[in-house]
Amino acid sequence: MSWLPNDVARRARIAGKIAAAAMLFLMVAFFRTQIMRYQRWVLQSEGNRLREVPIPAPRGTILDRNGKVIAENVVGYTVSVLAQSEDSLRGTLRRLAAKVPLSSLQFDRSMQRFRQAPLRPTLIFSDASFSVVSVLEEHRVDFPSVIILAGPRRHYPNGPAVQPFVGYTGEISEEELSQSQFASYRAGQIIGKGGLEKQYEAVLHGREGSRFVEVDAHGRVVREEGAQARLPAQAESLQTNIDLDLQLFVAKLFGDSLVGGAVVMDPTTGAVLSLYSAPSYDPNEFIGGVSFAYYDSLRNNPNRPLYNKALQGIYPPGSTWKLATAILGLQEDVITTESRMPQQCTGYYYFGDRAWRCWEKAGHGSLTLTGAIAKSCDVYFYQLGLKLGLSRLVAGGAQLGFSRKSDIDLPEEKRSVYPDRMQYFNDKYGERGWTSGSAALNMSIGQGDNAQTIVNMARFYSALATDGAAAKPEIVQRRPERTRIMNLRPEQLADLRTAMIGVVSTGGTAASAALKGVTLAGKTGSAQTSSTGGKGKECDHAWFVGFAPVEAPKIVVSVMLECGGHGYLAARIASAIIGKYLGVTPISLIQTEGND
Amino acid sequence: MRHRGAVSIDWPLVVSALLLSMYGIAIVYSAGQTDIATYVERVWRLQVLWLALGLAGAWAISRLSLRMLEWIAIPLYAATILVLLYLLFFGRGAGTAESSKSWLMVGGVKLGQPSELAKITVVLLLGKFLAASKTPPKSLLDLWRPALVVGVPWLLIIGQPDLGTGIVFIGILFAMLFWSGISWKLLVLLASPIVSLILGGVTQLWGSWFLLLLALVIWYKPYAWEGAAFVAANVVTGVIAPLLWERLRPYQQARLRTFLDPSIDPRRSGYHVIQSQVAIGSGGWFGKGYTEGTQKRLAFLPAQHTDFVFSVVGEELGFLGVTVALALFWYLFLRIIRVAERANDSFSSLVAFGLLASWFVHVLVNVGMTLNLMPITGIPLPFFSYGGSFMLSSWVAIGLLVRIAYEGRGGRHGPGST
Repeated sequence: MSWLPNDVARRARIAGKIAAAAMLFLMVAFFRTQIMRYQRWVLQSEGNRLREVPIPAPRGTILDRNGKVIAENVVGYTVSVLAQSEDSLRGTLRRLAAKVPLSSLQFDRSMQRFRQAPLRPTLIFSDASFSVVSVLEEHRVDFPSVIILAGPRRHYPNGPAVQPFVGYTGEISEEELSQSQFASYRAGQIIGKGGLEKQYEAVLHGREGSRFVEVDAHGRVVREEGAQARLPAQAESLQTNIDLDLQLFVAKLFGDSLVGGAVVMDPTTGAVLSLYSAPSYDPNEFIGGVSFAYYDSLRNNPNRPLYNKALQGIYPPGSTWKLATAILGLQEDVITTESRMPQQCTGYYYFGDRAWRCWEKAGHGSLTLTGAIAKSCDVYFYQLGLKLGLSRLVAGGAQLGFSRKSDIDLPEEKRSVYPDRMQYFNDKYGERGWTSGSAALNMSIGQGDNAQTIVNMARFYSALATDGAAAKPEIVQRRPERTRIMNLRPEQLADLRTAMIGVVSTGGTAASAALKGVTLAGKTGSAQTSSTGGKGKECDHAWFVGFAPVEAPKIVVSVMLECGGHGYLAARIASAIIGKYLGVTPISLIQTEGND
Repeated sequence: MRHRGAVSIDWPLVVSALLLSMYGIAIVYSAGQTDIATYVERVWRLQVLWLALGLAGAWAISRLSLRMLEWIAIPLYAATILVLLYLLFFGRGAGTAESSKSWLMVGGVKLGQPSELAKITVVLLLGKFLAASKTPPKSLLDLWRPALVVGVPWLLIIGQPDLGTGIVFIGILFAMLFWSGISWKLLVLLASPIVSLILGGVTQLWGSWFLLLLALVIWYKPYAWEGAAFVAANVVTGVIAPLLWERLRPYQQARLRTFLDPSIDPRRSGYHVIQSQVAIGSGGWFGKGYTEGTQKRLAFLPAQHTDFVFSVVGEELGFLGVTVALALFWYLFLRIIRVAERANDSFSSLVAFGLLASWFVHVLVNVGMTLNLMPITGIPLPFFSYGGSFMLSSWVAIGLLVRIAYEGRGGRHGPGST
């Protein structure tokens, strides 16, 4: 090498400058990273270490009109896993399966949940049993990424009795997650699945809280971070119009043997006091996921407990609909309450090329409108129907609200079947497939193309019970909504009510339903069906819709028994309900009754 | 001459190295403080042991005459080559470099990484050859011996494969050629094939570089054959670059790709460097506190006691801690330049500068890597990264430098002092 002192000194200076430049370069690089971009990296570092664990909010309590609990929250346990990847979740689940029972369905659902929301803890058991929780607590060290949370679990103290209107809750489904109304929801959250729980989901849901756990690079929970927790906020309780005592009474009346439904409401406000569908089922079984065995038993039950008879069931209203025919006749000035029909009832009415039967083979003789209602004389109403004509029946029925929903605040309600215009018949049967005469005959006695829900019949009778304005049925307390649906003079309405008192008086079709000290009014019906009722055979559904006390109505009851046969059976149920609510006892005399 | 048994010590040099070592051990201790304990929790004790052994080694080396070292440079070098050859067939991997064969195992016991020792023997032999001539290498012909001295162990180490250490050897070669006084022209032309190798993957870039090189050759006017040789070398490296790329192991390819853009694979190959940046960046001015780094505690930071030990400094002690560490290195470098400048003879001067070059490349590449300024090559940070061989060889080098300083013009009892 060149060893001249000047050369060496020069090279040493260059080397010193290179070293200085390199060190300064590194310092500047660190300054940029640590000082100038500090915020960005700090955020990433916090995001690395802290994972948000949602704390579900307790759902709002559902109360009856007297503050009694219909739906509440009890302590339940959820088990979740903080997974880094699908592979690590799969591994954890396999190891979990060795310790606690984990079905392949739960396995697949968990994987699915992870894919839907990979950053949230993946829910494994939404309602872990105490034994599962204790096993997992015991093996805490083996499962560092498992999070066991004690959280609110929905509970219905009177499960089967309230199920028909309260519904149940369950985990949000993939399909629901894609709907805009659930835009703010995340996989694994609990939502209302039916009834009030679904209808008032937005009210009952509450605000989810969260806390943070510190995790390491392998997703193991190292410690809990207390400070940044956001507490969940429980929703306010939902005050309903339901009378829980009455609801329990109704459920007990139906018992295990009767199939059908009942809607009880206040005719002046539309407040639904009770709504029941029999047979019912226990919604508590659905919390945290229903078992296959239980669900199968419900699905295979011929009486279809999953099918809400009060809201989803549409049945020909039969003779209960004769009041509608009567109202239309009075409204159109076709008859008065004292009018008699040209032909008296001999048990038959001849029209077209066939004889149309009255249920009373012996015949009713000559009747006024009032008498025809009390005796439920078919022949009278055949003739009234013909006088009105089909088009007035169709338009008038629609006016009375038979072609639409009652608009009760429950999601299950089905729209009634009713011809909303004449074209309906052409569309259904073809232009030559029907005659307006026979259609009018059928319509006049509540048969034919007319099928109503139990709740919609209750709505109709609330107008009859009051001043001709129907009340919108409401489970949850709010301002009553009443709509005038008929144009009758008060004395005409009073006459119709008198006729309906006759139904439950000696000689009426449901005399045994009379109550001591209370004037009851109503109308029986037995609807001929072809194959509904789930029993695979033809049978008659028994109807009764009535109200009491007639002078100042407090309660309207609509009862339908699938394949119940005689309407008076339904009437007895209704009268028991009314008696219970008004605090009176049924007279329960053995009297001669018609079988309609 | 000197007093028997007493070697005066360049205290600033030793103290700065000692401070760096103690700083390093403190960080290695902190690196073991994770929320879920691993074996790393205990390695700081071993590191203390290695430092003690290193100090003893340094003391022993400082007592050896430099003439003796110059004399045994050839046998030492030969032994090194033999060991490296042995490794090529019987070497073992360890830790993060499981598949490479850098570890010497005898009878099931890991003895160490001989490539660390090789750095010193190469520096010694290179110094001996470059010092033999009164003038610096003037042409390619004069360079065959230095190239061979570095080339043979370089190939053996690249074959392990250990690209990082390979880079250090290149750095040593160029630095010592520079220190020998080689002309800038030759140094640039010498470096040109490496530039071609790097740019070879992109045809346009390499084409531009090649035109520039032709201009340089015409400007510098080397011998005709020499110019032809440089051009040819550039053609060859430029052409084989894509082929070499194909030959690289997938993980090596991934490392180079993620160096260019870590976000292409943030979960896997880009993970290390991203997490290292997160750790350093979140340190701020003063850091999260000694042993309190969350990235490290929660195992987001990979190899936190070896390759990414400097990220722990950045996270826990912040910009302040980084500045102190870099300042200590800087001071050490300046001190070694001073030792090289004042050395008594050209051999010891070259050796001092070669050792400096080795550390300089280590620091630049390792620290640069934690911020993604350099590709991840897995070379350790002197005095900081956990590892016995490197701690030991580093302190042996300090011993050598102490001896050079002692014999040089700055030493109290050296021939140059008055």
